[in-house]
Order: sequence, then C-alpha cells, then structure tokens
Amino acid sequence: MDLKKLFLKANNELENDGKRIRSRKVTCKKCQSVLSVKKIRKNSFICPECGYYFPVRARRRILMMTDNRTFIELDRSMVSTNILNFPEYDDKLSQATVKSRENEGVITGVAQIGGFKTCIFAMEGNFMMGSMGSVVGEKITRLFEYATDEKLPVVGVTVSGGARMQEGMISLMQMSKVSAAVKRHSNNGGLYIVLLTNPTTGGVDASFAMLGDITLAEPGARVGFAGPRVVEKTLNTTLPENFQKAERVLECGFIDAIVPRQEQKDYIEKLLRFHFGGTN
Amino acid sequence: MTDIEIVRNARLQGRRNAIDYINGCFENFTPLSGDRYYGEDSAVIGGIALLKDIPVTVIGIEKGKDTEDRILHNFGSARPEGYRKALRLMKQAEKFKRPVICLVDTAGAYPDVESEERGQGRAIADNLYEMSDLKTPILSIVIGEGGSGGALALCHADEIWMMEDAYFSVVSPESCSNILWKTTDKADVAAKALGLSADKLYCLGIIDKICKGNDLEKFSEDIYRSVKKLEDIPIHELLDKRYNKFRNIGYYVENK
Repeated sequence: MDLKKLFLKANNELENDGKRIRSRKVTCKKCQSVLSVKKIRKNSFICPECGYYFPVRARRRILMMTDNRTFIELDRSMVSTNILNFPEYDDKLSQATVKSRENEGVITGVAQIGGFKTCIFAMEGNFMMGSMGSVVGEKITRLFEYATDEKLPVVGVTVSGGARMQEGMISLMQMSKVSAAVKRHSNNGGLYIVLLTNPTTGGVDASFAMLGDITLAEPGARVGFAGPRVVEKTLNTTLPENFQKAERVLECGFIDAIVPRQEQKDYIEKLLRFHFGGTN
Repeated sequence: MTDIEIVRNARLQGRRNAIDYINGCFENFTPLSGDRYYGEDSAVIGGIALLKDIPVTVIGIEKGKDTEDRILHNFGSARPEGYRKALRLMKQAEKFKRPVICLVDTAGAYPDVESEERGQGRAIADNLYEMSDLKTPILSIVIGEGGSGGALALCHADEIWMMEDAYFSVVSPESCSNILWKTTDKADVAAKALGLSADKLYCLGIIDKICKGNDLEKFSEDIYRSVKKLEDIPIHELLDKRYNKFRNIGYYVENK
C-alpha cells in the first residue's frame, strides 16, 4: 500500500470556491459515481452514493468545525527554510505551496465552537502529505503555549504522513517539542480534543495525535505508526483488511469514538459544554 | 567515514552493545522486567545499578550478541511493551530520586501488526510526554543506531550524547532514498543529505556531546560528573531547561 495513494487527489476540484465550478461534476474515487460538486459539498464532502470520505483541506475543515466568521489565524506567515540544503526540498516546498494554497502543513488559530473560545489546528494533507517539519512543530507548539497561557482548550485535526524527511533530525525533534507543550497544557488543566483523519501516521501518530484527553476519528481513517508497506515486508504476508483502520484502532483501545463528519462539530460542542458549560 | 559508512558501521554485529556499556560503566546491574500491562520485551533491558556511589536507573535498547541472543532481543527493535517498561522504570526512578541513563541502539521500533494494535505510536508518544516532565535528571546516549521514533522514545533527556561513530536519523537512508527516488541505490546521497552523523547533529544543536567510547572507565567518569551536575540543579529549573532545550529546535522564517 502506497502511502501517497492515501492522500488521493490534491487540490481537490470540490474545493475551489465560487460559482465557476457549481456546474462541475466529480467522480467518486470509490464507487465511481459522477456527482455534482454542490451536492457533495452540502453533504460534508461525503459521497451520497457510497459514503466515501473525500479529503478536506485544512481551511475548509476549520470552517466546518467552527462558528461562522470566528476564526482568527495565528502565525500564518511562517514558512520553512531548507536548513540542511536537502536535494529538491526548495522545489517541493514551492510546489506544495501552489498545490495546497497554504504556506505550510498546518493552520493554527483561535475560534469559537458553539460559542466556546477554543484554540484550533488543522493539518493540510496537500502540503507535502501533511508532514511535520520545523514550521508544523513550531506552530502547534505555539498554539499549545498560547492555550496554556490563556487557559483555553485545544481542538486539533490531524492528517499526516509523519516527520518530514527533508529536515532530518530537526523534524524528528518536533515530536518531542510538541509533546512537551501538550504536557504543559495538560498539567495546567487544559483540555485537548484530537480528531484523527485519514491518514494519521508516523511521527505525528507517535506524538500529539495520541496525546489527546479525548481522541476522535473519522470513519475508515488510517491511524498507525509504521508504514503498511514496512509491516508487510517485515512479516512477509499481506495485512488484515482492517489493519490500522480507525474502527480497529478503537477496538484496540486507542480511540474514544468514531464520529461521522456531519456530526463532528456538534460532538465537539457537546464535549466542550461538559467542560465549560457554566460559561455559556 | 562517509555518512553511509557510519550507518553501516553502526549496524555491524560485534560492536559494543547496551549491555557492554552497562557492565563497563556501572556496577551491580540488577535487571527488572515487564511493563505491568502486557508483557516483557527483551529488546529493552533496564534496571538499577550503581554509578560509582550513586544508584541510578539504567535503560538500554539491546541488540544481542550471537544469533540466539539477537533473536531473544528481537535485534533491538522494541515493541510497545519495551517502551512502557522503560517508562515504568523511569517513573520508579523519579519516585526514588534516581537519575536515569538511557542507552539507545535501535534500527527502529518493531513494525508488526501486533505492535501496531497494542499502540506503538501511543507508547512512543507517552514516553515523550512523560519524560518531558519526569522529575529526575535524564541522560540519553546514542551508542550505535538511532533509528527514528523508536530511538527518540528514550531521548527526551536533559542531555543527549552520541558516540562519535553512532548515527541518529529521522528515517533510514535506504527508506529515504526509496521514497524520494524510488530506488535504494541512492542511500549514500540520502545519508549525506539527512545529516545524521554525530558531528552534524552537534553543529545543529540537536545533541550536547560527542563521546569517544574506547575507555569505558573514563566514559563512566564522564557520565558520573554530568549526572552529578544535573542533580545539583533545582528540579523546576531542570524541567524548564529540558523544556527549552527541545523548544528551541527548529528553523523557519517569519515574513512580517
């Protein structure tokens, strides 16, 4: 199984804004039905025929999860630098910027969810497979530190292939950096809700994706540490059908609930109300 | 040595393993077993030992000597139980105010279905999370292979040292070459690009010291002196220092 395939079509035609595409049709990757963009968008980017989950861009994800016009972005201008002079990294960064129309692999900020002020981050799968380099690590760390200082909860949406190879050990160390910030937030009584989406793997799985007070996942999302191909090679057999599927990971005890996309905002609002109900 | 030679050399059988360092630098090593949740993972050895006059908790990823021994230790690839056992021993060290010394030598966490299903990712994450707040000094030494997250899980320390011929990398050069260029033939290019040698990582501020390991008695002395120094730092100051050590790693540009 090629990890790249999990990220499917980037720059998904569904998500171009405006009327221009209103008449456009897309083909569902799973059932091959030809569907109107409008219809899918209304259906939270889920195929109405077969229930396939189209990938959702980070910015759209935030729109879907937060109250209208309450999102204020933080650290938007932070960009990566090719510190190791890694071959082709500069090109990859500029391609990723074009492809994702974002500066980096995560968007962070503050918003309201059901009227509750919340720090929120959403990873961008179209930016080098949501991989974590310095910028992703730094932005999420800053968000947790801000949340700690302001006594705010954090809601995070993960999608990532893991640590970004092109920044070498600096990327790997972001796992430690973010985990320490999550710990401080937790020690200060902060609530952290994480929503795992397809796929959440590698160094992100082995750090902040697995450190939520409450861990939710989208149906069918791949969640795991080792790449499926590596596991296949080690065992020299084919993998079970449900391997690293959110439903199986829940059975194994690492996810609290699988929440369909249409219900996610309400679900998180409900959780926030349990913790902060008195103020709203 | 070139970078790829460093990697290959670090993988060689017959190098000094964790157990050799434990026997050479500490006295009265008393191994303790099990994670108290599921099982005993012999890829991770750990217990209490004496570092000169102070009792310490020492934890190592052990590859094993001969074939039989290597199979027993799963070639130094830990399962979640290994990381949970390490964390259990670290928590014990915190309780009894013993410094922790970790010896890291692994190609990576073991990638099989069972390890995934018992939460390999969670086990590693938990170690990073808890070690960042462990109220006792931690010193981690990469003695051979520092393979990605599986090695990092024992490296959230006050100081990270590396043997001069060890490597520490986000991904193996072979996988990196395979992912980027669809061939493992360019592992040498990948190794160089990844910046995985002790020299390079020292320059990048990832590790704190490059060690020569030829004289274990002298090495033991170095460890002792550093542990003593860390023990003298008030615990809250130590935790702040540890936090900032990792906090400051990262390179980026902010366009105002």
